[in-house]
Amino acid sequence: MTESTIKPPKKNLGPVKWMRTHLFSSWYNTLLTLVVGYLLVTSVGPLVNWVFLDATFEGSGPGDCVGEGACWLFVNQRLNFFIYGFYPDELQWRVDIMFALLALAFVPQFIEGFPGRKWLGIFGMTGLPIIGYVLIPGGILGLEEVESSKWGGLMLTLILAYIGILASLPIGVLLAIGRRSDMPVIRGLCVVFIEVWRAVPLITVLFMASVMLPLFLPEGVNFEKLVRALIGITLWQSAYMAEVIRGGLQAIPRGQYEAAGALGLGYWRKMGLVILPQALKLVIPGIVNTFIALFKDTTLVLIIGLFDILGAVQSTIADPAWQNVAIEGYVFVAFCFWVFCFGISRYSQNLERKLDTGHKT
Amino acid sequence: MKKQSIDSRSAKPKPWYDPRVRALFFQIISLAVVFWAGWVLIDNTLSNMEDRGISTGFGFLDETAGFGIIMHLVPFDATMSYGRTFWVGLTNTLLVSAMGVVAATIIGFLVGVARLSSNWLVAKIALVYIEVIRNIPLLLQIFFWYFAVLASLPAPRQSMEVGGAFFLNNRGLYLPGPVTQDGFGLVWGAILVAIAAAVGLRSWAKKRQKASGQIFPTVKVSIALLVLLPLVAFFIAGQPLEWDLPALKGFNFDGGISLIPELAALWVALSLYTASFIAEIVRSGILAVSKGQTEASKALGLPNGLTLRLIVIPQAMRVIIPPLTSQYLNLVKNSSLATAIGYPDLVSVFMGTTLNQTGQAVEVVAITMSVYLTISLLISLLMNLYNRAVEIKER
Repeated sequence: MTESTIKPPKKNLGPVKWMRTHLFSSWYNTLLTLVVGYLLVTSVGPLVNWVFLDATFEGSGPGDCVGEGACWLFVNQRLNFFIYGFYPDELQWRVDIMFALLALAFVPQFIEGFPGRKWLGIFGMTGLPIIGYVLIPGGILGLEEVESSKWGGLMLTLILAYIGILASLPIGVLLAIGRRSDMPVIRGLCVVFIEVWRAVPLITVLFMASVMLPLFLPEGVNFEKLVRALIGITLWQSAYMAEVIRGGLQAIPRGQYEAAGALGLGYWRKMGLVILPQALKLVIPGIVNTFIALFKDTTLVLIIGLFDILGAVQSTIADPAWQNVAIEGYVFVAFCFWVFCFGISRYSQNLERKLDTGHKT
Repeated sequence: MKKQSIDSRSAKPKPWYDPRVRALFFQIISLAVVFWAGWVLIDNTLSNMEDRGISTGFGFLDETAGFGIIMHLVPFDATMSYGRTFWVGLTNTLLVSAMGVVAATIIGFLVGVARLSSNWLVAKIALVYIEVIRNIPLLLQIFFWYFAVLASLPAPRQSMEVGGAFFLNNRGLYLPGPVTQDGFGLVWGAILVAIAAAVGLRSWAKKRQKASGQIFPTVKVSIALLVLLPLVAFFIAGQPLEWDLPALKGFNFDGGISLIPELAALWVALSLYTASFIAEIVRSGILAVSKGQTEASKALGLPNGLTLRLIVIPQAMRVIIPPLTSQYLNLVKNSSLATAIGYPDLVSVFMGTTLNQTGQAVEVVAITMSVYLTISLLISLLMNLYNRAVEIKER
């Protein structure tokens, strides 16, 4: 045997070596590992028991939840309400179609090299809202009408977040361009609009939309509560969107503006053909991040009396037939939000890494 | 011929091709549109309010409120005016914001540093904390703490207690309250003297270091001054401090300092949620200081502690402070979620109860929004001043 094939001592190899450097590198780290490890072991065990081992998953009614663990039966039985709100059972296929189309349009965006994913994305921004506008409220093309007061649950959460982001995008682009304009009056108006909306909490905006909007409108014109909330959310969100897009506009080198001008392009063609395509591509991660923030903030609509997914759960845990199901309900909603937000934020981090061309200073 | 035509064109452009004329035109148009829209809105609002019999103006602020508020820092009862409810709400908002900022900063810095720990277990736990907490809506977390955790605590008679002084039950947290006696003024005086001495010491030590290069342990001596001087004064004055212990009277506790469950739930949720964002900011700030800086400082012979204090922290803070302030602003704005669980903050008291009772929607919403606008403009002004002070001075 030659010298080079002799293995290094065991303590410098494999898991032992790993543990020596990562867990027990000094007396201080050893102590920390032992204390934290003890706390972890003592808290994870009961948690697993509560969530899985002792939990009740199936049964016919509140009486079946007798164990020590979580009562997932509650979530199981109310799932229909949590997803569709008061939307009539026999018409829920319309919502299901929208869910399917939404998934078809946006899930491929996470998959590298999926055929035609660009076109699916464009469909998601243009065709999808039109189909949804026909399908969900109904009332035309022989579809039975469903009032917006019957919408609720996860469906309403998605509608609010989706329309909020889609409608605020064009307004945000205009505001961002306006804020970078050479004309002092237009720049001033845009700055005031953006800063005022960004300074106030969403909840005051929602209150304003539900209390004051009817006062602003002429006699006889009135919107449903959902539309009023959407107007408030869109205006508020467009201010944030404008700031994100402004970041992208600022990152475009001056030479691009000058080159477009030298080619003889006018202002709008310069913006539309040269500047905005580059700027928007740069800020996709930023837009995704504001979407996550908006998605979480849609829960606030329950304060003005709309039943989003949290509102649906909040109103059912008070049901006297079920005892102490608050934690189960909240954990379920938290899990739904967490899956969406964590997934999307991972995607945006991925994108950021991919779009980073290394030119940033 | 051709040359001439070019000349004649450039000599006198048509006015609608002149950028200055165009800019003026567009600005006048947009101003006109804004004024027209504003006028229509005001006109609609006035006529709508007239129809509904709502009077305009701020006269309602002097009328008697007639409702009670469960927690108030300024004196308040139902006979006081609506204007007073504004101050109650504002002070409650500022209280929970201040408490939240302090707690979120401490937790956030701890978790951010833990995230960079060489201990694998600690780093992973910090990562899980951040990724779980910041991806769950804040309102849900507030509900969780209020309806699921605090509501399941025992009733006052079965309170959890520590040493007969601290009590926790579903009505809130009760702590002993300090009551200062005669002669406590001496302690306050000692604290002031100690602060003045520490400031003086600092400038003296700086001057001496510049002149002679000798380093004086300013921080250690200052801390010793700040602790010892008031302590000595406390004993000289004959320990003029008593504790007011909470005690069970009837159905609830009385005396001491109490923390109502609404405040506790809001505080915990706001702090934990904001801390998860602060932790990421702290991490990226520390990572932003390049390794070369530490190495250069070592090469100059600075010990570890001084490297950290003079080289790493100042540069990390330059990266950390701007996003940190915007997190503080978010916290102040998010404290308005108080209204969902009934903590009497500005939005809940003033924009909720007062608005419903008076119907003065326009005035109340305008006042509330301008409060938040003022806070946010004030903080961004301070931010800009700070930024100007610490930005890298180049050429």
